[in-house]
Amino acid sequence: MGKTKQLDRRWLFLLIFLGVALPLIFSIGLPLETTKNVQMVYDLVDSMPKGSKALISFDYDPASMPELHPMAKAVVKHCFDKEIDLIFTAMWPMGVKMADDIIDQLIEDYPDLEYGENYVNLGFKAGGMITIQSMGKNFREVFPKDMNGNSIDELPIMDGINNFSNIGFIFSLSAGAPGIKEWVQIAHDAYNRPTSGGCTGVSAPAMLPYINEQHQLTGLLAGLKAAAEYEVLIQTPGTATSGMDAQSIAHLIIIIFIAVGNINYWRNKRKEKKGGK
Amino acid sequence: MKRKIPLLITFTVGIILIISEFIPHKPFGQLSGELEIWFLIISGFAILLGQLSLFKVNIIKIRYKQHDWQFYIVTLASFVVMVALGFLWGTGRSAGLLGHGEVITNTLGYKPFDYLFNNIYQHLQATMFSLLAFFIASAAYRAFIGRTVESNLLLASAVLVMLGNTTFGSLLTGWLPESLNFLHLPKVSEFIMTFPTTAGQRAIMIGAGLGIIGSSLRIILGIERSYLGGE
Amino acid sequence: MKKTLIFLSIFFSYLLFSQEILFDIKDKPNDDGSALILSWDTSQVKSFKILIERKEPNGNFVVVTNSRETIGTFEDGTDVNPGIIYNYRLSTLDDNGKVLYIVRDTGESSAQWFNKNKISLLIIALLISLSIIYYIFSAKSGKDIYIRKIGGLESMDESVGRATEMGRPILFIPGTLDLDDMQTIAGLTLLRRLAQKAAEYDAKLIVPVCRSMVLSTAKEIVKEAFMKAGRPDAYDPDSVFYLTDDQFGYVAGVDGIIVREKPAANFFLGAFYAESLILAETGFSSGAIQTAGTAMPSQLPFFVVACDYTLIGEELFAASAYLSKDPHQLGSLKGQDFGKALFIIVLTVGIILEISGVHFLKDFLALH
Repeated sequence: MGKTKQLDRRWLFLLIFLGVALPLIFSIGLPLETTKNVQMVYDLVDSMPKGSKALISFDYDPASMPELHPMAKAVVKHCFDKEIDLIFTAMWPMGVKMADDIIDQLIEDYPDLEYGENYVNLGFKAGGMITIQSMGKNFREVFPKDMNGNSIDELPIMDGINNFSNIGFIFSLSAGAPGIKEWVQIAHDAYNRPTSGGCTGVSAPAMLPYINEQHQLTGLLAGLKAAAEYEVLIQTPGTATSGMDAQSIAHLIIIIFIAVGNINYWRNKRKEKKGGK
Repeated sequence: MKRKIPLLITFTVGIILIISEFIPHKPFGQLSGELEIWFLIISGFAILLGQLSLFKVNIIKIRYKQHDWQFYIVTLASFVVMVALGFLWGTGRSAGLLGHGEVITNTLGYKPFDYLFNNIYQHLQATMFSLLAFFIASAAYRAFIGRTVESNLLLASAVLVMLGNTTFGSLLTGWLPESLNFLHLPKVSEFIMTFPTTAGQRAIMIGAGLGIIGSSLRIILGIERSYLGGE
Repeated sequence: MKKTLIFLSIFFSYLLFSQEILFDIKDKPNDDGSALILSWDTSQVKSFKILIERKEPNGNFVVVTNSRETIGTFEDGTDVNPGIIYNYRLSTLDDNGKVLYIVRDTGESSAQWFNKNKISLLIIALLISLSIIYYIFSAKSGKDIYIRKIGGLESMDESVGRATEMGRPILFIPGTLDLDDMQTIAGLTLLRRLAQKAAEYDAKLIVPVCRSMVLSTAKEIVKEAFMKAGRPDAYDPDSVFYLTDDQFGYVAGVDGIIVREKPAANFFLGAFYAESLILAETGFSSGAIQTAGTAMPSQLPFFVVACDYTLIGEELFAASAYLSKDPHQLGSLKGQDFGKALFIIVLTVGIILEISGVHFLKDFLALH
């Protein structure tokens, strides 16, 4: 590596900057096709009857917001549209803020939703897998109060929630550990609850094997593209859809430069061979 | 004796924890969780050591006016300001020494700590993360050169996965008939991610897992002592 | 007579309806006796909701759970202790909350000494561990153990020499996780050897760390290494210092060090997440020779692309044995290879059995 003349990488940085920034400012609206794993998540949420309960765990921090926040918003919106009651929690400390932010963004569009009746934020609990195991044994012992200090016995949404039995499905938005894997291992494998999740693109290969015949994971939203596909399915284009334009253009620029790099390499190699002769 | 005691502790605790993985009966079933809590408590105290180290290193650089010493003042000032704001007015729903600071909260819209966290820290974090976009581009440009069979395979799979993850992938192969649907770029991309990539990652994880078992046994048996410092 | 008939009709009605309601309490298997499994089937009777209560020592019944499912199970793990008999009462309610039927049962939990669900894990763990221990101690016989060349480890001396010639420092990053992660310990093991080499060659070492516990350990390791090399005077206690626990704050700090100090050799050995490419690319741009090692599969591609040498997964853990050439440690690597052979055999047999529709191996190996 290195004998070929390399383009100054700052040109590449400039083109990437323009390739990402311009589509975000001037939306192109490139079409999107729904993939199987995203459809599975959509079908899971869509199949829930009105009034059923779901647990959404915010297991990420601000660094992963660009990928996970749009899918969080899309899934929560879908749940609110289907009148599914939502229990928010977090296995990462900053996940609480992420949950709060999503609620703040959406709640104005749903004035009929009442905190404590239709949704609740239980806050963050340290411990990862051990906490999830304890939730499966005795939910109320792990979360005796919500994050505002209200006793969960006084919250109608928590009526009958003593473990995972009365929860329709669990959805984890995960940027690492603890996250989807831990929820699958406990909520699905030990307590047989449908589990799904959203993760960053780079973590997807580690999660995909859980989408199997045992349905350890019911679909997966992997990366910004999946978030954009979900927005298309719920017919609410958002930041993911506009971000996909930027991602597509950026990928294209990288592919073009890879081609240019290869052409340069082979041209130089041929020159060296001719020079050798 | 100075080295024998830590080795004995390591051996005893290691063996007990391995055994307790299989014994649910009290107290064995709870040992692992308890020790994790002990670790959290100790590392909580150890945080003080880290902060002292940070202060010491930066103050020395400022005191002796080493190169770019002004920037080290920024580090220390940021540290002191955030800690002070958190102590004085708290964060989120927690009160500080001076209560919740209603006046300043009404002015800023947030508590001072939260204001700086939301408007400076979060954006700085996102900025650092977004450097990846540029670095991935430069790394890909440099590395994806088809010199050998393996690098050609790498190049081909990288291009297929990248295209499959964009809208262009659907556009380029969307016209294919149903019988050739398996050549549709998003499907090819999904196949590459689900099978060869996952298989490779799992093989690495199995190897790493065995490496962890080997390393752990060497440490528990006292054969590996580097972590104690010295031979 | 009349009273007897009324009593008998009530009694038989109770029997009839209670048989139609199945309510069973069992000890939860493979636990420490802190849970009971309650299962019910009220599908044969009219029921809108079921309510399960447990009798407290003061005689009152306290609600344990309620459900609209006619068939279900519930794990009661609240204040359940082994050896105590607990009384439960299941009531079926109509949609107005009126009690229709009541069934009672008792249950007692017990603690198990062995988790039968983990038999397969125990067998495999024993096989691998015993083989590693066997090869460690059989290495005493003095038999020469072959180990293939690992480029990243062979080049360590070259990297340190390069740094000395150029008069530039060596940067060592022991990962971004804490001391409880094996990758961090593996990284620190290599730090010891590197610090010793740096002391011998009189090269400057910079070790910024992300965790306070790692700070104390790394300081001790570097100090001991310098002493062992006979250069206690050359040891700089501020060469190992703490930056921040925050992932991207740490990356920003390290990048700043790379750009300012321009180290000649970078070592990234430990656990990394998204910061791996940022570190490696910044190091590449500074012209340093870079060696990376991690067991995080998602980060390895970035290191492979941006670094000169990469230790992949188990190579990081083998480093200590490789560099020391100690027969005992090399023996453990042979034991790991036995483990790999075992996995390959089990995988192959498992695939053949699954294709043939025989599932006993999969069921045996699955952890419940």
